[in-house]
Amino acid sequence: MVAKLLVVTSGKGGVGKTTSTAALGAALAQAGQNVCVVDFDVGLRNLDLVMGVERRVVYDLINVVQGVARLPQALIRDKRIDTLSILPASQTRDKDALTEAGVGRVIAELREKFDWVICDSPAGIERGATLAMRHADIAVVVTNPEVSSVRDSDRMIGLLDSKTVKAENGERIDKHLLLTRFDAARASRGEMLTVEDVLEILSTPLLGIIPESDEVLRASNLGSPITLSNPASAPARAYLDAARRLCGEDVEMTIPSDRKGLLGKLFPRRAA
Amino acid sequence: MSLFGWSRRSSAPVARGRLQILLAHERALIGQTDLVGVLREEILAVISRHVRIEDDKVKVTMSRGDTVSTLEIDIEVPIATAAGRAA
Repeated sequence: MVAKLLVVTSGKGGVGKTTSTAALGAALAQAGQNVCVVDFDVGLRNLDLVMGVERRVVYDLINVVQGVARLPQALIRDKRIDTLSILPASQTRDKDALTEAGVGRVIAELREKFDWVICDSPAGIERGATLAMRHADIAVVVTNPEVSSVRDSDRMIGLLDSKTVKAENGERIDKHLLLTRFDAARASRGEMLTVEDVLEILSTPLLGIIPESDEVLRASNLGSPITLSNPASAPARAYLDAARRLCGEDVEMTIPSDRKGLLGKLFPRRAA
Repeated sequence: MSLFGWSRRSSAPVARGRLQILLAHERALIGQTDLVGVLREEILAVISRHVRIEDDKVKVTMSRGDTVSTLEIDIEVPIATAAGRAA
């Protein structure tokens, strides 16, 4: 078994990388795939908290990179889906403890054990972010329909095309855009960039549109990926569809909605 | 549009326009930085085959104007080395 290595990245902070890592990881695991989500945000780990395993962390990524612990000792298996594991980041060490060779070794070992390895990148374009994307086969660029997020995503797309192992070997890294916190009503009123605007500016294929929703905060409050805590909610359905697209399924692009009205149920909003 | 149509015009098209201009500029700028780096390395390699020079004595700069761009290459060669080779 050789895993696909996916990095969830954005440049800008607070756009939904960790939420999306947890949701996509859980969605793939719910589909029967063997998944490991890896937190690369050394010093500011949060994936453990969003996944609800914060009290079960014993060893972390840096312990494994430095040979203090073996990989199986550091992996935490999710109690809700047994095909989902998490490798937490260190909260105390600094990011310089990650070496390229060490990360490469751990990634190679993870690839042997899982179908999918999903790396949650830290914000920024510094060492942690470049190491998280370094070995990726697939990149999910998380973008909000907002100017600073789109600009930073453009920068990350440039880095993905130049600084990854695939790019350096002359291969193309498979890039996808995940548009989060999208509000279709505001976009239609001209108050927010539309899906078409963002796609045209960034020229990157769309993986999914996650609607702005109170359910996202509720899921992180509960410490559960949203596809597990409320799979019927609009953002969860958007993530479940995105995960199916990652597996190669041809799923029609829609913006799921929580509207309760009959019209909303009969005519789900289409996109792009 | 709305009752407040004049004071609250659509802002998304403004965002879109600003981003298109900004990113066109930034993409060119980043491409340029890479080009200068590549040129510098290759020039250094060629010169080093004939003259011994310090790594930091090759300066490559590019300035991009509206109608014309200039590439400036400044190489400092030690006198002894240059004279020795010429003799």
